[in-house]
Amino acid sequence: MEITFFHVIFLVVAAFTLVCALGVVLSRNLFHASIWLIGAFAGVAILYWTMEAEYLAIAQIMVYIGAIATLIVFSIMLSRGMMLGRAPMNNFQSGISAVVAVLLFGILALVLLQINWPVVQQAITSDQIAQLGEALVSTYVVPFQTIAVLLSVALIGAIMIAREH
Amino acid sequence: MNLLDLIRDPSQIGPWFYQTMLGWGLQPWLADLIGDIIGVLVIVLMVINSAIFLIWLERKVAARLQDRVGPNRAGPYGLLQTLADVVKLLTKEDITPDGADRVSYNLAPALMVMQIVMVAAIIPVASGVVGANLSVGLLYFVAMSGIASIGALMAGWASNNKYALLGGFRVVAQLMSYEIPLAFSLLAAVIWSGTMATNTLAVKQGEMLFGFLPGWNLFVMPFAALIFFIATLAEGERAPFDLLEAESEIVAGPNIEYSGMKFAWFYLQFFINSLLLSAIFATVFLGGWQGPFVDRFPILGLLYFTAKAMLVLFGLMWVRATYPRLRIDQMMTFCWKVLVPATLVVVLISAIGVKFTPDRSLNAVIISAANLVALFVTLGILGRTLRRQVETRKADLQAKIAARA
Repeated sequence: MEITFFHVIFLVVAAFTLVCALGVVLSRNLFHASIWLIGAFAGVAILYWTMEAEYLAIAQIMVYIGAIATLIVFSIMLSRGMMLGRAPMNNFQSGISAVVAVLLFGILALVLLQINWPVVQQAITSDQIAQLGEALVSTYVVPFQTIAVLLSVALIGAIMIAREH
Repeated sequence: MNLLDLIRDPSQIGPWFYQTMLGWGLQPWLADLIGDIIGVLVIVLMVINSAIFLIWLERKVAARLQDRVGPNRAGPYGLLQTLADVVKLLTKEDITPDGADRVSYNLAPALMVMQIVMVAAIIPVASGVVGANLSVGLLYFVAMSGIASIGALMAGWASNNKYALLGGFRVVAQLMSYEIPLAFSLLAAVIWSGTMATNTLAVKQGEMLFGFLPGWNLFVMPFAALIFFIATLAEGERAPFDLLEAESEIVAGPNIEYSGMKFAWFYLQFFINSLLLSAIFATVFLGGWQGPFVDRFPILGLLYFTAKAMLVLFGLMWVRATYPRLRIDQMMTFCWKVLVPATLVVVLISAIGVKFTPDRSLNAVIISAANLVALFVTLGILGRTLRRQVETRKADLQAKIAARA
């Protein structure tokens, strides 16, 4: 297989993502772990971008970095003793989680290798966003609406729980 | 292709340079890479150097509005004042506070400047002259402003200073809340124009309504434009929404502990942010580079675009120099109880109006009228609520005075 420019970029970004992911689990300071997590999210977004899935990449940045990572950083900052960086790296559940992690990795690897992924021999059109939007309000309108209702319920429920009585 | 053609239509410079490089015998991917690197360098240098001029402009305009003279010693009209400031900042001692988290402390200013330079990539300054005409352009802009709040949060936490931390919290609260009206007012324009790509948005606004009215989104949806302008004030961290710095409450926000060039980066981010927000406003609502004769001489688009963006920027400076700061609860109440419902109505109007009749010009008039009605209804409700609040407060005070006497 010939190594192209795309492969080089992919390898660099994939290596960056993996290093960031390792940083998340190996850093003793929770705040640093969350910054590594942001790096890993950004790496995945760049991977999407190299596959010309611009919308997915931007959604990844908006949802994971803009919302979820900010929430994580916020909650870490509000908890005690995080400046010291002495959070223990493992607890009594580490054995079980190691088993679960290995099993999950095995299943994912098996799926990736075994399944014959369908490939559509079609160039990506420039108006893919418009097509996606139209599909969401025509073919997939019921699941789309269901998710919208679910999110509203979650939002109202969160406010009701947090409200002072 | 001769030089005059390139000057007349600057969007041809990129392809021309690419062809020239291929003519020199370079591989296509190498020519692509070199072209991209040059493009990135042009954008980064333009944006960062423009801050030197912007800081002078802001100080001068604010001074004139407040009946002062402003910078006037260094160079003619004080033009060299910012250069002197840059030299001063470069020679200042770089301080890291005791107990600071070194990595985050040094990473935060870089993150702030990075996100603002990335936004610059989607600004079309003339027909086709844009860093990247992304199909998700405006969404990209909204996503990037999310990174700014993380940078400020990092700076606030890493400084080991309670005022900085409070400032960091305020940044997230303010930017996250005002991102909703910001994104939704853009959504109204996106629904009407049918695209998120910034250059295509400007092209779409070149269509004349009824054959003679310019189809700028400002005329089609004035209320959406107003909401976007207010959200811009908050996203740009400008008075009356500059609660992140609030000198009288939390001293200076997340950047208290920073000194020298690292402080300058926060300063830089603030001014470039204002410029780019005005540029986005000009692109989305004022037709971008559209103007007379722009189809024959695309270079004129640069002039029109700069004029429009500068006009919006002047508006931002005017508001900043005139109005006092709001209280934080007032600011959040205004966002969640006024701007968010209003902006939902505006999106609804656009979504219905865009398919109301088959005639696009007629639809524009309907959306415009509905926008104005929504604006006056909002103002009416707001005015009545405020008046009632003032009256209850007055009655309270009078009752207290009566009880004392």
